[in-house]
Amino acid sequence: MATEQMAGAEMIIKALGDQGVDVVFGYPGGAVLPIYDALFKQNHLRHILVRHEQGAVHAAEGYARSTGKVGVVLVTSGPGATNAVTGLTDALMDSVPLVCLTGQVPTHLIGNDAFQEADTTGITRPCTKHNYLVKDVNDLARILHEAFHVARTGRPGPVVVDLPKDVLFALGTYRGPETVQHKTYRPQVTPDAARIDEAVALIAAAKRPVFYGGGGIINSGPRACALFAELVRITGYPCTLTLMGLGALPASERQFLGMVGMHGTYEANLAMHGCDLMIAVGSRFDDRVTGRLNAFSPHSKKIHIDIDPSSINKNVRVDVPLVSDAGNALEAILAGLKARRFKPNQEALAAWWKEIEGWRARDCLAYVGTDKVIKPQYAIERLYQLTRGRDIYVTTEVGQHQMWAAQFFKFEQPCHWMTSGGLGTMGYGLPAAVGVQIAHPDALVVDIAGEASILMNIQEMSTACQYRLPVKIFILNNQYMGMVRQWQELMHGGRYSESYSAALPDFVKLAEAFGAVGLRATRPEDVDRVIKEMLAVDKAVIVDVAVDEHENCFPMIPSGAAHNEMLLGPEDKKAAGPVSEEGMVLV
Amino acid sequence: MSAIEKHTIAVLVDNEPGILARVVGLFSGRGYNIESLTVTETDRANSLSRITVVTSGTPMIVEQIKAQLSRLVPVHAVRDLSAEGPHVERELALIKVAGTGEKRIESLRLADIFRARVIDSTIESFVFEMTGSTEKLNAFINLMVPLGLVDVSRTGVVAISRGAARF
Repeated sequence: MATEQMAGAEMIIKALGDQGVDVVFGYPGGAVLPIYDALFKQNHLRHILVRHEQGAVHAAEGYARSTGKVGVVLVTSGPGATNAVTGLTDALMDSVPLVCLTGQVPTHLIGNDAFQEADTTGITRPCTKHNYLVKDVNDLARILHEAFHVARTGRPGPVVVDLPKDVLFALGTYRGPETVQHKTYRPQVTPDAARIDEAVALIAAAKRPVFYGGGGIINSGPRACALFAELVRITGYPCTLTLMGLGALPASERQFLGMVGMHGTYEANLAMHGCDLMIAVGSRFDDRVTGRLNAFSPHSKKIHIDIDPSSINKNVRVDVPLVSDAGNALEAILAGLKARRFKPNQEALAAWWKEIEGWRARDCLAYVGTDKVIKPQYAIERLYQLTRGRDIYVTTEVGQHQMWAAQFFKFEQPCHWMTSGGLGTMGYGLPAAVGVQIAHPDALVVDIAGEASILMNIQEMSTACQYRLPVKIFILNNQYMGMVRQWQELMHGGRYSESYSAALPDFVKLAEAFGAVGLRATRPEDVDRVIKEMLAVDKAVIVDVAVDEHENCFPMIPSGAAHNEMLLGPEDKKAAGPVSEEGMVLV
Repeated sequence: MSAIEKHTIAVLVDNEPGILARVVGLFSGRGYNIESLTVTETDRANSLSRITVVTSGTPMIVEQIKAQLSRLVPVHAVRDLSAEGPHVERELALIKVAGTGEKRIESLRLADIFRARVIDSTIESFVFEMTGSTEKLNAFINLMVPLGLVDVSRTGVVAISRGAARF
């Protein structure tokens, strides 16, 4: 057992090392100077200097989601901590394991409105899985190890450890991670056997089943993804995935119906609506998925596997709740099916697939191409085609481009798609790409962006250039906050209040100003050329793709509508009439 | 819409800084109701506090409240006393009544009927101490209004299960 005397700041470096941390994303300041001093004196822990604390958190998220490890953030007190809040909330909503170390004024000044003081534990209480204020250096090592344990186990999430400056200087006793056993925190990770039997019986008897997989499968790890794919294959049942779940099943599988939800495919949403059994695995019946709740999948029994008991029966009442790690539950279900020599009801399944193929034949993602202007969908399709076979990681910002990326980019593996799903944070994609590239230096990392979102954390171009990260920023520039404009068109009579991106920078020159490469495409025939040029450059690149300003993202379930009330294109919009009053108030 | 139900929930937590803020913040942040809330340390050796919260909501909301409380890291256990079988509930109130003459005598007579104790007295006021169910306290306080009710301080509900079982 390792017990040594050392200063708080050194203890932090030691604890991070013992937790297997190799990278920290951070920004220095007065309250954390002792930690930066300790960082300076060692060389096993790498520090990545971001340009804004929000960027540090998103970079750590990108790192965590592309590796399955805990992302680590180090920021100073006051504004350092408050700037991290958006990232922490993002990580909480999307279940990303993070440990965020925040500086704090010395303990005797807490509550005095000292310089750069903020009530960090108070502010971050609702946007973290848990947080700590360390008041005694002898608690520091235990708290740090606990923080990692809480962040990575159960439903993962961000944990803040607030560190008063005097604690960083104080001498205390270090304890290794093996000595720490949490008093209360025991997430349930194995399923109840009786519930598994019920689930197996329902799966075996289903005639119109659908798998509805989410980010929980990916969070559970590669084993869960493999088991999920196996279960989908041996049953022959159709499968849809949420925005966060893309990659949990290879997109090229014939049984994959595409994404579910507001901008999901026609076939996925109608299968959800018309199924007799829904098997939800690591998905949480989010409002973007369900549409109008009282019309959500009205005729189905529902099995819900989730590691977080509070996700179960929150929005939709289910018949078989299974509180468990996704991998463990899937393993038990597979064993149960094998034990009863499961054979799917081929006749019923054939009829169900025939119906689904009918929906599929509508080709809901089709768009009208033109040789005059670049369609955003076309740009993403070309990006996908020209990067196939490469080790590619895609991040996005938030808006229309994000939905098109989810629809048109096909993910064959988990952990290769990083997007802000729950919180919908514009400005996520570039810093996340930085974090991904740090974790995977030789991979191709592309941020599919919009011209409005990218400006929210554009300063991270400096970080990318400082560390020579060859991240590619692929901007679909329609000169509008596209999703805002789309909603204004659909619901507010086309009054485009403040959604025009006026006074945009010249992105080519902007790239050059940062020391990166800037490229531009304005006509469809430019698209392939700029993508190839972008891929040929071993530096950060911003590609400004001027796309059709008026293209909208379809299919779409308008807010307040049900899965079977999708709009497939602009013509449907006119036919469907105005959005209901109930729908108008929804976000 | 399902009917709104009232539930008394006991929560055993680590007695650490910020725990009450976590619980209260959970209720306010998610729009749940708090009808009453009491908290104090109940096990000094293990540094445990017990929170008793009376809340109301549809069965689905009450289930959410329990799941959300259980999810807080310093929470040891959550018990829905209303749902889990027989339990007893008590509340304590200190009730100040000011007056002279017949009203003063009547308040004392009613206090006797309700088994309230006088714990402070001047020639023109009483402070009554009373324990009982919320309904009993409400009834007594309502009776005191015309007799010169001045001030009320109540603890909120504390509750415990009947029988020999531990928390």
